[in-house]
Amino acid sequence: MSGEIKKLDSKQPDGPIETAWDRHRFSLKLVNPANRRKRKVLVVGTGLAGGGSAAGLAELGYQVEAFTILDSPRRSHSIAAQGGVNAAKNYPNDNDSIWRLFYDTLKGGDFRGNEKSTYRLAQCANSIIDQAVAQGVPFTREYAGTLANRSFGGVQVSRTFYARGQTGQQLLLGVYQSLMKEVGKGKVKLHTRKELLELIIVNGRARGIITRDLVTGELEKHYGDAVIIATGGFCKTYYLSTNAMASNGAAQTRCWKKGAYMANPCMTQIHPTSLPVMGAYMAKQTLMSEALRNDGRIWVPKKKEDKRDPNTIPDDERDYFLERRYPSFGNLAPRDITSRAIKQAVDGGNGVGPTGVAVYLDFKDAIERDGYDKIKDKYGNLFDMYKHIVNESPYETPMRIYPTAHFTMGGLWVDYNLQSNIKGLFVGGESSYEYHGANRLGANSLMSAMTDGAFVLPVTVAGYLGETFATLEKVDDTHEEFDIGMKVVQGRIERLMNIKGTRTPDQFHRALGKVMFDNVGIERTEKKLIEAIESIKNIKKEFYADLMLAGDEKMNNELEKALRVEDTIDLGLLMARDALERRESCGAHYRMDFVDEDGEAQRDDENFQHVAAWEYQGDDTEPLRHIEELVFNSIQPSKRSYK
Amino acid sequence: MSDEMTLYLQVWRQKDSKSKGGFQNYKVENVSGDMSFLEMLDMLNENLAREGKDPIQYDHDCREGICGACSCMINGEAHGPGKKTTTCEMHMRHFNDGDAIIIEPWRAKAFPVLKDLAVDRSAYDKIIMAGGFIEVKYGNAPEANSMMVGKEVADFAMDNAACIGCGACAAACPNASAMLFTAAKTTQLSLLPQGKVESKKRVQSMIKKMDELGFGNCTNERLCEAACPKGISIISIARMNREYMGTLLKSDY
Ligand code: FES
Repeated sequence: MSGEIKKLDSKQPDGPIETAWDRHRFSLKLVNPANRRKRKVLVVGTGLAGGGSAAGLAELGYQVEAFTILDSPRRSHSIAAQGGVNAAKNYPNDNDSIWRLFYDTLKGGDFRGNEKSTYRLAQCANSIIDQAVAQGVPFTREYAGTLANRSFGGVQVSRTFYARGQTGQQLLLGVYQSLMKEVGKGKVKLHTRKELLELIIVNGRARGIITRDLVTGELEKHYGDAVIIATGGFCKTYYLSTNAMASNGAAQTRCWKKGAYMANPCMTQIHPTSLPVMGAYMAKQTLMSEALRNDGRIWVPKKKEDKRDPNTIPDDERDYFLERRYPSFGNLAPRDITSRAIKQAVDGGNGVGPTGVAVYLDFKDAIERDGYDKIKDKYGNLFDMYKHIVNESPYETPMRIYPTAHFTMGGLWVDYNLQSNIKGLFVGGESSYEYHGANRLGANSLMSAMTDGAFVLPVTVAGYLGETFATLEKVDDTHEEFDIGMKVVQGRIERLMNIKGTRTPDQFHRALGKVMFDNVGIERTEKKLIEAIESIKNIKKEFYADLMLAGDEKMNNELEKALRVEDTIDLGLLMARDALERRESCGAHYRMDFVDEDGEAQRDDENFQHVAAWEYQGDDTEPLRHIEELVFNSIQPSKRSYK
Repeated sequence: MSDEMTLYLQVWRQKDSKSKGGFQNYKVENVSGDMSFLEMLDMLNENLAREGKDPIQYDHDCREGICGACSCMINGEAHGPGKKTTTCEMHMRHFNDGDAIIIEPWRAKAFPVLKDLAVDRSAYDKIIMAGGFIEVKYGNAPEANSMMVGKEVADFAMDNAACIGCGACAAACPNASAMLFTAAKTTQLSLLPQGKVESKKRVQSMIKKMDELGFGNCTNERLCEAACPKGISIISIARMNREYMGTLLKSDY
């Protein structure tokens, strides 16, 4: 390991931003169609980014092997995105444009994303919609037969395309079907229920992976000429989140430990409108769509610990705190700002419900104004879902909501080609840090995962294969690095199986989650972060001393959990470190010790207009913090104000 | 919050696909009505793990009814007693203190048990692989609004596209038929102009694959429709049958 702080170059193309991607694509080498079948790409993860790139590369003629830890690619977590996907088609003629989508995304991320990559994202977005329609995605339509749009997440134009409340599901199924088409043709070899446990690097290049078969427990070697990581985000570091159980970050952490840099891991979006925690048994929290804030009003009683039935509290004894604090955006203030305001109301003692850790989202006024039928039409499904879980009707009693972890903007570091610092290792979708800076806008996550999968990775990975075609050494699974990798993994499993302590993986995971949410969550301070680092180190020590692992080495959910929690703990530690070192507030990273006179986030462009990229230095050594400077030529960073 | 319950579970335990399985009895205490069914199983598993016993294997991921991973037969009903719910969305308030609950894996020849409650549903992927797609490549798709699709048609396509591929339809069917699953996909795609072109080939090869994989025939029992967590209607099966008959009767032109 070098031990030296580096300035990283993300190879953003020079020259005008509008033509940057075109010029860059032209500079990439091509592979002769007849030679493509001689190159093999391993794709880990089969959501929009992974499944899309696997299908796309197979269509081009490359050999592809795709891996998922689930029993089918159709279950990947892209499926759960509800609201929609953005694209600046400007169909409603409301003055939207690629430039505006680019600007909104960059500004929404509080100028901590990459300018040129973000522009490319906004450019590709239109093609996503075309592609999805061609794949048979049944987007919601107008009576005239054209595609419908809505405004989403506090944006002032209607650029969100949607398929009822299941946009992610429909986009994913489109990608899944394309993938299965290629599997059927023998172009993609599909591996289900297989988990990446180790990345194999030969002479500085990613050349393979070691996986564990989750049914038989067997360890397997897989080799290729490039590896794509598209395993999604890592909100499970918080234990409770809106994410699926598999969104654990273990794959990225395993790559990080093999030398891939982790960028801005502290940037986590805490979504304001999830159902509150109902008991210690809870395994996940359910998201209530942001769309509800279009008509619902958020409030708490003015009196502390007011236990009255909310319907009996008169209007002048209610504090509509978002409307009061952010008069121009009101209940539609961005996610990070809303989450913070809710937490402050609860911390101030004004929280509601049995636990006091919730606020009201009230539709009484909307129902009076628009009528029961209209509200039912708009939100009927969501109201039913709420009733189903909480056993109360939002038509009669205000919903109770509270923020929870939802999306990780940070992830493995990549350059403009989505290539990590390790040659031949590519990262797409939520697994990388690329576009969303310090905060992601609603309906932008499907946009980025789909863009990476369909339009960026197939081009840049092919470029890499072209560039290295003549020179890449021949490597297969007989290479000694694979044997070493197998031993390392076997050693890890044996170590965990042999601890024979008293606490289950979930117990450690919950302990980690609590520290993360309390200290590395919505509001952060130097003191809380230092405490978090100490606590997580302790959890880690106890994990290795007291883990109890039931079951055997075959199909065993406990073993899977233990192996993941081991990495999730290290990732949590890194998130806390990153949050501590970023001595500014930006987007979702809100440091209470860096605020302006109104208590709003105070960005520090002079010292922190950069991406932090962390390099692993061994288990007992502090990681190194490298820097990628962010340069803005097209837009001057401004202060995000939503007052 | 609701009172806590004690429940008596009979759970199917099976070591692997080759072993013979059987029921085991478990008592779970302190079950809150607000818990989801899977959270109740999590709690049981945590207790088992602490006693050093092999926890019960079951599939799950999103825990909000969209990924289609969870799959339990609960008292003989696919996904349990709730209407239009998945196992993960089922709440324990549907049960009473002292209830006995029988929990089994999906039972269908084409879904072999891997362990306990987890089954292999790759047969559904194979049906999709046989033609459940539109043969279009990444790249130059036509401008999205160049093709109009009436709202009613798009909505009906969406009703069918809502399938989560959980397997409840085949599990609920006495013939273990995959007709509802297959029909949902053929209906979605052949309704849309972009999918219509290949509809003949699609319906033939998907049905052929379904038969090959060992799924049974449809004898109009309608249990699939009742079990479907997404409320997909058997009208789609009738539609697929009509489409299929059409491919047998007349030539293309
Ligand atoms: S766990 Fe995803 S549908 Fe139940």
